[in-house]
Amino acid sequence: MTFFFEVLINGLLMGIMYSLVALGFALIYKASDVFNMAQGAMSLLAGLALVGFLEMSFPLWLALLCTVGIMIILAYSTVFFVLKPLVNRPPLMLFMATFGIMYLLEGIGQSIWGTDAKGLNIGIPEISFEIRGILMNTFDLTFAGVAALLVASLVWFFQKTRTGRALRAVSDDHEAALSVGIPLLKAWAVTWVIAGIVATVAGVAWGSRLGVQFSLGYIAFKALPVLIIGGIDSIPGAIIAGLIVGAGETLAEVFIGPYVGGGIQTFFPYLIALLVLYFKPYGLFGKEIIERV
Amino acid sequence: MNEEKEPILRAENISITFGGLKALDRVSLEINPGEIMAIIGPNGAGKTTMLNIINGFYKPDEGRIIFEGKERPKKMKPNLIAAQGIARTFQNLALFTGMSTLGNIMVGRTMLMHSNIFSQALYWRFSQKEEIEHRAAVERIIDFLQIENIRRTPASMLPYGLRKRVELARALAAEPKLLLLDEPMAGMNLEEKEDIARFVLDANEELGYTIALIEHDMGVVMDICDRIVVLDFGEKIAEGTPDEIKADPKVIKAYLGTAGG
Repeated sequence: MTFFFEVLINGLLMGIMYSLVALGFALIYKASDVFNMAQGAMSLLAGLALVGFLEMSFPLWLALLCTVGIMIILAYSTVFFVLKPLVNRPPLMLFMATFGIMYLLEGIGQSIWGTDAKGLNIGIPEISFEIRGILMNTFDLTFAGVAALLVASLVWFFQKTRTGRALRAVSDDHEAALSVGIPLLKAWAVTWVIAGIVATVAGVAWGSRLGVQFSLGYIAFKALPVLIIGGIDSIPGAIIAGLIVGAGETLAEVFIGPYVGGGIQTFFPYLIALLVLYFKPYGLFGKEIIERV
Repeated sequence: MNEEKEPILRAENISITFGGLKALDRVSLEINPGEIMAIIGPNGAGKTTMLNIINGFYKPDEGRIIFEGKERPKKMKPNLIAAQGIARTFQNLALFTGMSTLGNIMVGRTMLMHSNIFSQALYWRFSQKEEIEHRAAVERIIDFLQIENIRRTPASMLPYGLRKRVELARALAAEPKLLLLDEPMAGMNLEEKEDIARFVLDANEELGYTIALIEHDMGVVMDICDRIVVLDFGEKIAEGTPDEIKADPKVIKAYLGTAGG
């Protein structure tokens, strides 16, 4: 039983990372109806930039600040140079545009920092310890704490501040938001900035666990089943589904994997997603779209 | 005769075409400060189009809008027009369904709040104070429209009549110089209509709001409005006080038909 819990906790910690990536997707999708394929690449860029700044022997706080600065510039330029000209075009065009951004970011990353995987050490100690026989380590717990804090402050920001409310208003009804004076593009830009910050946290977490490497850009594909399970426009959905996927795939790998020869981890999330699609087509928490015929 | 007052908004020779259909053809109208003005006309006359032009959703092909004595730039964005003090409601409800009544009305005050995003994120004193002040103002509006008991209800759970009222509350929350109401009583029963008519009158008389509204219920329009503009097939066919409109043969022909009203 101890082993089961150990695997479960490992899976949940993995799941937090998925949640973070999916959260970035959900934020942008809610605000601007764009499925942002570049979310993973944004994490990659953040990781690369942070490594870059640390290599230039910036202190950690300054390196983080500069990284966030880059994400802000990225957010604004995406909204004003890519999304603005495409407003009111079919969603597919916006989707393809984010594909473009994904490759662009990867290209920029490669040309500045090269293609090698880089280690990222931001000085969080990795000390293993046992609670009731379950093995854990400080590194994972720290990031779980940071992620929880990030989510809590986002929830608070969206509920309690004027800008947060304005962003929710934009995601509910564009025209009504305009009619009360909310500038649409600025609201989008702020949403992309927030998504950029979430991507940074995800990028740093993944990067310091597995090294900053270009496969980071493809976490997007891991986030896909998470979004389907949670409901693409639901923020709590993204978080909970991330945990479900993390726990589910790890448990499946360990307990079912041996019977089918392993490798189950890569497709198990999609299996769950298919099941969810079958029973709840809008995801566990998604907004059901009722259309009158 | 009428006293010379500078209108708060003047639309001059507004024309707009949608795919070959002339929705508005050189329509001019004025909205005077302190009045309730109605735009009426049969379906497809261009009433909502006119409202959409006044609040900036549509840009007219020809003509100009003068708001508070200043001509509006051709491509001014609707959110900036809202910031100038023009608020509106929608014919087909446009509430923020993911939020409560309270949230919806608070969003209406967006333009009146000024603390910047960093201050809000850190909830500094100024932001906190501002938040509390505006919350109090919202409470007064809730009181005014008698929606105390649905304060925390998600907008998506409200019945139709109350949604309309919350939308009115959101528009009032902006403390606009000009309030545009697009069929505020559509689809309501008699009792609900009377409520809304009273709120509109009170907003005008007690709170001093200038209101332009579109409404199909002639009884209500004749009762509460100071002045009426009649559109038909995109053209203005009459303008005047309710009594003048009632007697205008062109209006009777185009709008009231044989029923006689």
